[in-house]
Amino acid sequence: MSAEAVPARDATASGEARAIIEVRGLEVGFEGRVGVLAGLLGRRGARARAVDGVDLDLYEGEVLALAGESGCGKTTTARAIMGLLRPQAGEIRFEGRPLGRRLRAYRREVQMVFQDPTGSLNPRKTIYEIVAEGLRIHRISQGPNGETEEELVARALSRAGLRPPERFYLLYPHELSGGQRQRVVIAGALVLDPRVIVADEPVSNLDASVRGEILALLMKLREELRISILVVTHDLGLAWTVADRVAVMYLGRIVEIGPAEEVLQRPRHPYTRALLDVVPEAGGIDRPILSGEPPDPTRVPNGCRFHPRCPAVASGRAARLGIEERCRTVPLAPLPAAQDHLVACYLAELGERP
Amino acid sequence: MAIAEPPVVQAEPPPPPTRRSARAITWARRRRAVAAHWRVYRRNRQGMWGLAILLIFIALALAAPLLVDERRLEPAFSTGIPFQPPSADAWLGTDKFGRSMVDLLVYGARISLLVGFTATVGTMLIGSVVGIAAGYYGGRIDALLNAFTNWFLVLPWIVLAIVLASLLGATLFNIILVIAITSWAGTARLVRAQTLTVKERPYVERARALGAGDWHLITRHILPNVFPVIFANTVLTVALSILSETTLSILGLGDPNSVSWGVIIEESFSSGALTAGYWWWLIPPGVCIVLVTLAFTMCGYALDEILNPRLRER
Repeated sequence: MSAEAVPARDATASGEARAIIEVRGLEVGFEGRVGVLAGLLGRRGARARAVDGVDLDLYEGEVLALAGESGCGKTTTARAIMGLLRPQAGEIRFEGRPLGRRLRAYRREVQMVFQDPTGSLNPRKTIYEIVAEGLRIHRISQGPNGETEEELVARALSRAGLRPPERFYLLYPHELSGGQRQRVVIAGALVLDPRVIVADEPVSNLDASVRGEILALLMKLREELRISILVVTHDLGLAWTVADRVAVMYLGRIVEIGPAEEVLQRPRHPYTRALLDVVPEAGGIDRPILSGEPPDPTRVPNGCRFHPRCPAVASGRAARLGIEERCRTVPLAPLPAAQDHLVACYLAELGERP
Repeated sequence: MAIAEPPVVQAEPPPPPTRRSARAITWARRRRAVAAHWRVYRRNRQGMWGLAILLIFIALALAAPLLVDERRLEPAFSTGIPFQPPSADAWLGTDKFGRSMVDLLVYGARISLLVGFTATVGTMLIGSVVGIAAGYYGGRIDALLNAFTNWFLVLPWIVLAIVLASLLGATLFNIILVIAITSWAGTARLVRAQTLTVKERPYVERARALGAGDWHLITRHILPNVFPVIFANTVLTVALSILSETTLSILGLGDPNSVSWGVIIEESFSSGALTAGYWWWLIPPGVCIVLVTLAFTMCGYALDEILNPRLRER
């Protein structure tokens, strides 16, 4: 454990849970665009480090929420875990083995649910074809117990709550409601019997009335099929509802991670605190709301990445505690992957509440 | 957000809940899609006129060997009187060998349509492969293919066609080849643009996350969503190919052994029909070309309106 990380006093150190996906030192960057002429002259665009040193474990059968503002790198992390982006550095291991060339087999085990259910369904395909697509890609014509393709599709649709499944076969995505479309996306993932589902903002495009249903469905899959779920969300209220553990990201780094009740009831990072202050259920609205510009990943500040917006620095509290210099100039090391409640903050190191 | 047991969602239309094979499901879907498109097409008057004219010409072309004795088209076997104006014997008169213009036009339809369709198939194949490769792979491949496409696009096609046609020699196959080589660039451009937009759709990423490779993505997602745009363009390309064949024939680069409408016009020119006033030798093939081109264009625009989602909303 690095010096900057502070273990929570009542850390749940069971040590029994097995990590199914391990992310180590993940770095993903995007190159800014430059003009044709500038490109020929060898000029490079500003490099944005969307993910800049993330260590993360996803344990078997758990729901882990990856939370943060838009642009903090949470979706980029999820896409890198899915192998949809090539990381500049770091490693992703599935069941202890690095991904490397086993990507195709890996994609049977790890499925993704997207933010926009309408866009993620091909408008020219029927529901049957959409759900069967995974089977066809992996050339699976029979289930493990000799089921036909049709039986596998029917089972996936029922598991996703679309019953009776036969009625949906010939429908097109535009004939379904938003919630039903997200269920189709989930059925398309379930048909391959995955062990992990990565859900990127799974309910943010849905009506409030069906959000609960889709979340309940995800929880049910975890209970009944022991699927591990990584939920990417900007909404800590959602994390509170579904997650066992929460990881809060800021500007490409995880700044606080731990069991959901701990992190959300007793946040130790001023940023987590600020995010919670805007969730109505989690407490008062009167507390200071986060000020300042949203961060620009092409210009990562010195010292603690959060210091330009940190209320403790702004109010002079950090100065009184004698850590302001460190907050402004000394960079924090990335948090290691662990089950404990960890925080990357000089304030928390002193045992101070944010 | 309260967590409740997820209720069972019901779909509205209830088709019989019988177990069907995946193949049967796919075919049922295709039949439905075609029927739905046909219903929309039928309401388009312009498209229906175009289709009617086309069907008449296609029927004539297919039935040509039944309607006309092919030997009578050989100048040596022709029994008619040359340069005859329209009469009861020869409805549209005769040419310099005494061949009936009606016979010539019916056979000409065969050649002109054949060239039009095959040249279009070639155009579409080259254009789609280049366009999809450029749009899908991007980067260096795109830069290279795009430069190549632009080069063909700015080159005056008629010059290139004349050079190629005279180099390769005047056979029907070479004419088809020349037309395909000179007209694929526009299609490639269109396909590339459409590929670029389809490539970014979330369902392509979903398929990639499912484990799909390039081939699966191109054939199952890119192509079906690019195809409607190509298809409407294809129909317009047939019209252009027929016109191109006519142009080359009039310039004397056509295959003299296969009497297309263009070749008829060229013969009438070279025999001085214009100065001698043999209007029946010149005007009917011209009218046929205009009618067929117009019919294809009308069908093409009607299809474009149906298949192009941006136009459909109007």
